Amino acid sequence: MPWDRNQMAARAAQELEDGMYVNLGIGIPTLVANYVGDKDITLQSENGMLGMGPFPFEGEEDPDLINAGKQTITELARTSYFDSATSFGMIRGGKIAAAILGAMEVAENGDLANWMIPGKLVKGMGGAMDLVAGVGRVVVVMDHTNKHGDSKVLKECTLPLTGRGVVDRIITNLGVLDVVEGGLKIVELAEGVTDDEMRAATQATLVN
Amino acid sequence: MKKVYDSASEALDGVLSDGMLIAAGGFGLCGIPELLIDAIVDSGVKDLTIASNNCGVDGFGLGKLLDTKQIRKMMSSYVGENAEFMRQYLSGELELEFNPQGTLAERMRAGGCGIPGFYTKTGVGTVIAEGKEVKTFNGEDYILEEGIFADLSIVKAWKADDTGNLVFRKTARNFNPPAAMCGKICVAEVEEIVPRGSLDPDNIHLPGIYVHRVIQGEHEKRIEQRTVRKREEA
Repeated sequence: MPWDRNQMAARAAQELEDGMYVNLGIGIPTLVANYVGDKDITLQSENGMLGMGPFPFEGEEDPDLINAGKQTITELARTSYFDSATSFGMIRGGKIAAAILGAMEVAENGDLANWMIPGKLVKGMGGAMDLVAGVGRVVVVMDHTNKHGDSKVLKECTLPLTGRGVVDRIITNLGVLDVVEGGLKIVELAEGVTDDEMRAATQATLVN
Repeated sequence: MKKVYDSASEALDGVLSDGMLIAAGGFGLCGIPELLIDAIVDSGVKDLTIASNNCGVDGFGLGKLLDTKQIRKMMSSYVGENAEFMRQYLSGELELEFNPQGTLAERMRAGGCGIPGFYTKTGVGTVIAEGKEVKTFNGEDYILEEGIFADLSIVKAWKADDTGNLVFRKTARNFNPPAAMCGKICVAEVEEIVPRGSLDPDNIHLPGIYVHRVIQGEHEKRIEQRTVRKREEA
């Protein structure tokens, strides 16, 4: 059985180490926060906050306190606030240990596309280009194939890039892949997924 | 030194002109200068270029200036919440210059600091790098981005004193300080103007040197994505 969204998030949470400052993207990456357990992780919200807390209780929403997805959130005892230039200064400056992001396509050389589909609605890259260029480690969490069954793990991206050669690890519903010299390396298979199934769903070059 | 004005329209008197570049603070609908935007709508000034991370939503925030077709060009990182924006952009009525969010913030900060350009890794190898100078430092490629020097800055803060010292609240700070810094004239709207001496000098987020005019007013502070969690059953 391939992993579901929550299992993918739980697997991604294993990438995080005690003491890390981390940025989580929108979608499945947001769920990663539910699986960090006892690890002391500080979440960054790139609009200008370290120490992001959970959603507020109903009636306690504060319009001045939102995350990068514009959702109402809460602060923690450790929270600090700062302006967006300072926020992206710490991202660009390599102070954020890791970013866990969603993707439309990833290529075997670590190229990432997750911001634009030409001819469709153009929304913008937000902070994604800054994050992938600046943070210590980029982990992508996404479904292995699109809704048509085509691989999203490619030899080359077809969509406009968010960053070139920026991805370190890919976690999908089928397992875990690392970007290495010459292609991708299978690190782990989801329970019940065979090596053949992983290979069949992957367009990118797989190396041993 | 008179910085306190009675209304948004009074504070903008004499500083608006067609074709000008305005830097606006705010992220989504959080910490946006609602009152100054309304006054700019009322002024009828047109052909504006606006540097702002987003462009409000349909009918609120900078979205109001889209409805009245007063904006010629946006410099933004994300415009996904606004159908009228899409319509004007796809029909060619509106120009759009995408900036990665951190690049936009730094371009504003740089402009305010007298830095006309800086090199960044953000966007290397993407469409953002097209037409920009590439320079190699320690074996890595960086692209040249230019500082933004705005004609006018409009920002929202929580509190001000009459000298223009500003204090922001939580994540409503966002783009407001860098946007304020990069304008020739900066007008700030706040929830409360307090007497000189009542803000702690150690806790001023933006010194009054960057702020030329201040108004106080009521803010709607609309929430874009209301997300909550359930209380545990007792």
